[in-house]
Amino acid sequence: MSTTTEHVEHGHADDHDDAHSDHKPDSYYIKVALALGLITAGEVYASYADWLGRAFVPLLLIMMAIKFIMVVSLFMHLKFDNKIFSYLFYTGLILAILVYIAFLACFHFFSGN
Amino acid sequence: MADIAVHEPEAGDPGHHDHGGHDDHDAHAEHVTSTGLSNNKMAMWMFLGSECLLFGGLISTYMLYRGRHSGGLGPDQIYDIPFTSVSSFVLLMSSLTMVLAVSAAARKDEPNTNLWLTITALLGATFVGGQVYEFTSFYREGLGFTKSLFSSSFYTLTGFHGVHVTVGVIMLLALVGINKRGRLTGKKAEVVELVGLYWHFVDIVWIIIFTLVYLIPS
Repeated sequence: MSTTTEHVEHGHADDHDDAHSDHKPDSYYIKVALALGLITAGEVYASYADWLGRAFVPLLLIMMAIKFIMVVSLFMHLKFDNKIFSYLFYTGLILAILVYIAFLACFHFFSGN
Repeated sequence: MADIAVHEPEAGDPGHHDHGGHDDHDAHAEHVTSTGLSNNKMAMWMFLGSECLLFGGLISTYMLYRGRHSGGLGPDQIYDIPFTSVSSFVLLMSSLTMVLAVSAAARKDEPNTNLWLTITALLGATFVGGQVYEFTSFYREGLGFTKSLFSSSFYTLTGFHGVHVTVGVIMLLALVGINKRGRLTGKKAEVVELVGLYWHFVDIVWIIIFTLVYLIPS
Protein backbone atom coordinates (compact mmCIF):
# COMPACT_ATOMS: atom_id res chain seq x y z
CA MET A 1 0.00 0.00 0.00
CA SER A 2 2.75 2.41 0.93
CA THR A 3 4.34 2.00 -2.48
CA THR A 4 1.11 3.07 -4.07
CA THR A 5 0.79 6.11 -1.86
CA GLU A 6 4.32 7.28 -2.59
CA HIS A 7 3.75 6.73 -6.27
CA VAL A 8 0.77 9.03 -6.12
CA GLU A 9 2.42 11.69 -4.00
CA HIS A 10 5.51 11.97 -6.13
CA GLY A 11 3.69 11.42 -9.34
CA HIS A 12 1.12 13.67 -10.84
CA ALA A 13 -0.64 14.77 -7.72
CA ASP A 14 0.95 18.24 -7.92
CA ASP A 15 -0.22 18.70 -11.48
CA HIS A 16 -3.66 17.52 -10.51
CA ASP A 17 -3.76 20.03 -7.69
CA ASP A 18 -2.58 22.92 -9.82
CA ALA A 19 -5.21 22.24 -12.40
CA HIS A 20 -7.89 22.78 -9.78
CA SER A 21 -6.30 25.68 -7.89
CA ASP A 22 -8.33 28.86 -8.04
CA HIS A 23 -5.98 31.42 -6.60
CA LYS A 24 -6.44 35.10 -7.32
CA PRO A 25 -3.57 37.52 -8.04
CA ASP A 26 -1.79 38.97 -5.01
CA SER A 27 -3.22 42.44 -5.69
CA TYR A 28 -6.70 41.00 -5.08
CA TYR A 29 -5.74 39.81 -1.59
CA ILE A 30 -4.08 43.14 -0.79
CA LYS A 31 -7.33 44.95 -1.71
CA VAL A 32 -9.31 42.58 0.52
CA ALA A 33 -6.86 43.19 3.40
CA LEU A 34 -7.17 46.96 2.92
CA ALA A 35 -10.95 46.66 3.09
CA LEU A 36 -10.61 44.58 6.28
CA GLY A 37 -8.28 47.20 7.76
CA LEU A 38 -10.75 49.97 6.94
CA ILE A 39 -13.63 48.08 8.53
CA THR A 40 -11.50 47.52 11.66
CA ALA A 41 -10.77 51.26 11.77
CA GLY A 42 -14.53 51.85 11.42
CA GLU A 43 -15.19 49.52 14.35
CA VAL A 44 -12.70 51.33 16.57
CA TYR A 45 -14.13 54.71 15.54
CA ALA A 46 -17.66 53.47 16.29
CA SER A 47 -16.60 52.42 19.79
CA TYR A 48 -15.72 56.08 20.53
CA ALA A 49 -18.69 57.65 18.69
CA ASP A 50 -21.30 58.43 21.33
CA TRP A 51 -23.68 59.90 18.73
CA LEU A 52 -24.40 56.40 17.36
CA GLY A 53 -26.64 55.67 20.34
CA ARG A 54 -28.61 52.43 20.05
CA ALA A 55 -27.25 51.78 16.56
CA PHE A 56 -23.79 51.15 18.04
CA VAL A 57 -24.09 47.43 18.90
CA PRO A 58 -25.94 46.37 15.70
CA LEU A 59 -23.44 48.36 13.63
CA LEU A 60 -20.48 46.65 15.31
CA LEU A 61 -22.08 43.23 14.86
CA ILE A 62 -22.68 43.91 11.16
CA MET A 63 -19.06 45.03 10.65
CA MET A 64 -17.84 41.95 12.55
CA ALA A 65 -19.97 39.67 10.36
CA ILE A 66 -18.70 41.33 7.16
CA LYS A 67 -15.08 40.85 8.26
CA PHE A 68 -15.76 37.25 9.26
CA ILE A 69 -17.40 36.39 5.95
CA MET A 70 -14.68 38.16 3.94
CA VAL A 71 -11.88 36.19 5.61
CA VAL A 72 -13.72 32.86 5.41
CA SER A 73 -14.90 33.32 1.82
CA LEU A 74 -11.91 35.05 0.23
CA PHE A 75 -8.81 34.25 2.31
CA MET A 76 -9.89 30.69 3.18
CA HIS A 77 -11.24 30.22 -0.37
CA LEU A 78 -14.52 28.81 0.88
CA LYS A 79 -16.34 30.81 -1.80
CA PHE A 80 -14.37 29.09 -4.56
CA ASP A 81 -13.96 25.67 -2.95
CA ASN A 82 -16.21 22.62 -2.83
CA LYS A 83 -19.50 23.15 -0.99
CA ILE A 84 -18.79 20.19 1.33
CA PHE A 85 -16.14 22.27 3.10
CA SER A 86 -18.69 25.07 3.58
CA TYR A 87 -21.20 22.60 5.05
CA LEU A 88 -18.60 21.19 7.46
CA PHE A 89 -17.51 24.59 8.69
CA TYR A 90 -20.88 26.30 8.86
CA THR A 91 -22.40 23.28 10.66
CA GLY A 92 -19.87 23.81 13.44
CA LEU A 93 -20.51 27.55 13.43
CA ILE A 94 -24.30 27.20 13.56
CA LEU A 95 -24.00 24.65 16.37
CA ALA A 96 -21.78 27.11 18.26
CA ILE A 97 -24.39 29.86 17.85
CA LEU A 98 -27.09 27.45 19.07
CA VAL A 99 -24.93 26.62 22.10
CA TYR A 100 -24.73 30.34 22.87
CA ILE A 101 -28.50 30.77 22.51
CA ALA A 102 -29.09 27.71 24.73
CA PHE A 103 -26.68 29.11 27.35
CA LEU A 104 -28.42 32.47 27.36
CA ALA A 105 -31.85 30.87 27.51
CA CYS A 106 -30.86 28.62 30.43
CA PHE A 107 -29.44 31.48 32.47
CA HIS A 108 -32.38 33.70 31.65
CA PHE A 109 -35.02 31.11 32.55
CA PHE A 110 -33.37 29.80 35.71
CA SER A 111 -32.20 33.10 37.15
CA GLY A 112 -35.79 34.21 37.61
CA ASN A 113 -35.40 37.42 35.56
CA MET B 1 -9.61 -7.78 6.27
CA ALA B 2 -10.99 -7.39 2.83
CA ASP B 3 -8.73 -8.55 0.09
CA ILE B 4 -7.93 -5.27 -1.59
CA ALA B 5 -5.17 -5.91 -4.03
CA VAL B 6 -2.89 -3.14 -5.08
CA HIS B 7 -1.45 -3.88 -8.47
CA GLU B 8 2.31 -3.51 -8.29
CA PRO B 9 3.84 -2.73 -11.70
CA GLU B 10 5.98 -5.49 -13.12
CA ALA B 11 8.10 -5.54 -16.24
CA GLY B 12 6.39 -7.36 -19.04
CA ASP B 13 3.06 -7.35 -17.33
CA PRO B 14 0.50 -7.26 -20.12
CA GLY B 15 -1.96 -5.37 -17.96
CA HIS B 16 0.43 -2.57 -17.23
CA HIS B 17 2.22 -0.09 -19.45
CA ASP B 18 5.42 1.25 -17.95
CA HIS B 19 5.21 4.56 -19.72
CA GLY B 20 2.66 6.66 -21.41
CA GLY B 21 -0.85 7.80 -20.63
CA HIS B 22 -1.80 4.89 -18.41
CA ASP B 23 0.62 5.99 -15.71
CA ASP B 24 -1.23 9.27 -15.51
CA HIS B 25 -4.51 7.44 -15.35
CA ASP B 26 -3.28 5.13 -12.56
CA ALA B 27 -1.92 7.99 -10.52
CA HIS B 28 -5.17 9.86 -10.76
CA ALA B 29 -7.25 6.78 -10.11
CA GLU B 30 -5.32 6.05 -6.90
CA HIS B 31 -5.46 9.69 -5.85
CA VAL B 32 -9.22 9.88 -6.15
CA THR B 33 -11.01 9.58 -2.81
CA SER B 34 -14.63 8.56 -2.31
CA THR B 35 -15.58 12.26 -2.22
CA GLY B 36 -13.17 13.33 -4.94
CA LEU B 37 -11.65 15.77 -2.43
CA SER B 38 -8.45 15.82 -0.44
CA ASN B 39 -8.91 13.88 2.80
CA ASN B 40 -6.41 16.17 4.57
CA LYS B 41 -8.38 19.26 3.62
CA MET B 42 -11.64 17.61 4.60
CA ALA B 43 -10.15 16.70 8.01
CA MET B 44 -8.89 20.25 8.51
CA TRP B 45 -12.34 21.74 7.79
CA MET B 46 -13.95 19.23 10.18
CA PHE B 47 -11.40 20.19 12.82
CA LEU B 48 -12.13 23.88 12.28
CA GLY B 49 -15.86 23.19 12.52
CA SER B 50 -15.29 21.51 15.88
CA GLU B 51 -13.10 24.41 16.98
CA CYS B 52 -16.10 26.70 16.38
CA LEU B 53 -17.85 24.77 19.15
CA LEU B 54 -14.91 25.14 21.52
CA PHE B 55 -14.69 28.90 21.05
CA GLY B 56 -18.49 29.19 20.93
CA GLY B 57 -18.61 27.74 24.44
CA LEU B 58 -15.82 29.98 25.70
CA ILE B 59 -17.30 33.14 24.16
CA SER B 60 -20.76 32.24 25.54
CA THR B 61 -19.29 31.80 29.02
CA TYR B 62 -17.53 35.15 28.82
CA MET B 63 -20.66 36.94 27.58
CA LEU B 64 -22.62 35.55 30.51
CA TYR B 65 -20.02 36.39 33.15
CA ARG B 66 -18.55 39.66 31.91
CA GLY B 67 -20.73 41.67 34.26
CA ARG B 68 -19.88 39.49 37.30
CA HIS B 69 -17.00 41.37 38.91
CA SER B 70 -18.64 42.42 42.18
CA GLY B 71 -17.70 46.07 41.85
CA GLY B 72 -14.03 45.21 41.25
CA LEU B 73 -12.13 45.75 38.05
CA GLY B 74 -14.48 45.28 35.10
CA PRO B 75 -14.20 45.47 31.32
CA ASP B 76 -14.79 49.22 31.20
CA GLN B 77 -11.99 50.03 33.64
CA ILE B 78 -9.32 47.71 32.36
CA TYR B 79 -9.37 47.41 28.57
CA ASP B 80 -6.91 49.43 26.52
CA ILE B 81 -8.79 49.74 23.21
CA PRO B 82 -6.06 51.56 21.20
CA PHE B 83 -3.48 48.92 22.16
CA THR B 84 -5.82 46.00 21.37
CA SER B 85 -6.82 47.67 18.08
CA VAL B 86 -3.17 47.69 16.97
CA SER B 87 -2.84 44.01 18.00
CA SER B 88 -5.98 43.19 16.02
CA PHE B 89 -4.62 45.00 12.98
CA VAL B 90 -1.34 43.05 13.26
CA LEU B 91 -3.22 39.73 13.33
CA LEU B 92 -5.43 40.83 10.44
CA MET B 93 -2.37 41.67 8.34
CA SER B 94 -0.86 38.30 9.21
CA SER B 95 -3.86 36.79 7.39
CA LEU B 96 -2.83 38.77 4.31
CA THR B 97 0.77 37.51 4.50
CA MET B 98 -0.53 33.97 5.02
CA VAL B 99 -2.73 34.09 1.94
CA LEU B 100 0.25 35.48 -0.01
CA ALA B 101 2.29 32.48 1.19
CA VAL B 102 -0.45 30.10 0.02
CA SER B 103 -0.56 31.93 -3.31
CA ALA B 104 3.24 31.69 -3.69
CA ALA B 105 3.15 27.99 -2.81
CA ALA B 106 0.52 27.39 -5.49
CA ARG B 107 2.88 29.05 -7.99
CA LYS B 108 5.73 26.82 -6.67
CA ASP B 109 7.61 30.01 -5.74
CA GLU B 110 9.57 28.61 -2.79
CA PRO B 111 11.60 31.71 -1.78
CA ASN B 112 8.47 33.84 -1.53
CA THR B 113 6.55 31.04 0.21
CA ASN B 114 9.22 30.88 2.93
CA LEU B 115 9.42 34.67 3.13
CA TRP B 116 5.67 35.18 3.61
CA LEU B 117 5.44 32.26 6.07
CA THR B 118 8.24 33.79 8.13
CA ILE B 119 6.60 37.24 8.10
CA THR B 120 3.30 35.64 9.15
CA ALA B 121 5.05 33.90 12.05
CA LEU B 122 6.67 37.19 13.11
CA LEU B 123 3.33 39.03 13.03
CA GLY B 124 1.76 36.18 15.03
CA ALA B 125 4.59 36.34 17.56
CA THR B 126 4.06 40.12 17.82
CA PHE B 127 0.39 39.53 18.59
CA VAL B 128 1.23 36.94 21.26
CA GLY B 129 3.81 39.33 22.74
CA GLY B 130 1.11 42.00 22.92
CA GLN B 131 -1.21 39.58 24.68
CA VAL B 132 1.46 38.66 27.23
CA TYR B 133 2.04 42.39 27.87
CA GLU B 134 -1.72 42.94 28.25
CA PHE B 135 -2.13 40.02 30.68
CA THR B 136 0.84 41.24 32.73
CA SER B 137 -0.49 44.79 32.97
CA PHE B 138 -3.97 43.52 33.93
CA TYR B 139 -2.46 41.32 36.63
CA ARG B 140 -0.45 44.24 38.01
CA GLU B 141 -3.61 46.31 38.16
CA GLY B 142 -5.13 43.62 40.36
CA LEU B 143 -7.07 41.46 37.91
CA GLY B 144 -5.96 37.94 38.87
CA PHE B 145 -7.35 34.80 37.26
CA THR B 146 -9.50 33.94 40.28
CA LYS B 147 -10.45 37.52 41.17
CA SER B 148 -13.94 37.28 39.66
CA LEU B 149 -16.05 35.32 37.20
CA PHE B 150 -15.32 38.06 34.68
CA SER B 151 -11.55 37.70 35.02
CA SER B 152 -11.65 33.88 34.90
CA SER B 153 -13.77 33.80 31.77
CA PHE B 154 -11.73 36.60 30.14
CA TYR B 155 -8.35 34.95 30.77
CA THR B 156 -9.68 31.53 29.72
CA LEU B 157 -11.11 32.80 26.44
CA THR B 158 -8.24 35.05 25.38
CA GLY B 159 -5.68 32.61 26.80
CA PHE B 160 -7.07 29.75 24.70
CA HIS B 161 -6.91 31.98 21.66
CA GLY B 162 -3.34 32.97 22.50
CA VAL B 163 -2.37 29.29 22.76
CA HIS B 164 -3.89 28.71 19.32
CA VAL B 165 -1.86 31.59 17.87
CA THR B 166 1.30 30.23 19.53
CA VAL B 167 0.66 26.75 18.05
CA GLY B 168 0.15 28.46 14.67
CA VAL B 169 3.47 30.29 14.96
CA ILE B 170 5.23 26.99 15.80
CA MET B 171 3.55 25.32 12.82
CA LEU B 172 4.62 28.16 10.50
CA LEU B 173 8.23 28.14 11.67
CA ALA B 174 8.37 24.34 11.47
CA LEU B 175 6.96 24.50 7.94
CA VAL B 176 9.63 27.01 6.89
CA GLY B 177 12.36 24.87 8.44
CA ILE B 178 11.14 21.64 6.84
CA ASN B 179 10.65 23.35 3.48
CA LYS B 180 14.14 24.89 3.52
CA ARG B 181 15.68 21.49 4.18
CA GLY B 182 13.69 20.06 1.28
CA ARG B 183 12.00 17.51 3.53
CA LEU B 184 8.47 18.51 2.74
CA THR B 185 7.05 15.53 0.88
CA GLY B 186 3.82 15.26 -1.03
CA LYS B 187 1.88 18.28 -2.17
CA LYS B 188 3.67 21.31 -0.77
CA ALA B 189 0.95 23.74 -1.80
CA GLU B 190 -1.65 21.73 0.08
CA VAL B 191 0.43 21.58 3.26
CA VAL B 192 0.86 25.36 3.18
CA GLU B 193 -2.87 25.76 2.47
CA LEU B 194 -3.80 23.57 5.46
CA VAL B 195 -1.61 25.59 7.82
CA GLY B 196 -3.12 28.70 6.22
CA LEU B 197 -6.66 27.51 6.96
CA TYR B 198 -5.73 27.06 10.62
CA TRP B 199 -4.14 30.52 10.70
CA HIS B 200 -7.13 32.25 9.12
CA PHE B 201 -9.40 30.47 11.59
CA VAL B 202 -7.38 31.90 14.47
CA ASP B 203 -7.84 35.31 12.84
CA ILE B 204 -11.62 35.01 12.48
CA VAL B 205 -11.92 33.95 16.11
CA TRP B 206 -10.08 37.13 17.07
CA ILE B 207 -12.40 39.19 14.83
CA ILE B 208 -15.28 37.95 17.02
CA ILE B 209 -13.39 38.34 20.32
CA PHE B 210 -12.26 41.87 19.45
CA THR B 211 -15.82 43.00 18.79
CA LEU B 212 -17.74 41.08 21.46
CA VAL B 213 -15.17 41.25 24.26
CA TYR B 214 -13.35 44.55 23.77
CA LEU B 215 -15.55 46.91 21.75
CA ILE B 216 -19.04 46.16 23.02
CA PRO B 217 -19.23 47.47 26.61
CA SER B 218 -20.77 45.36 29.35
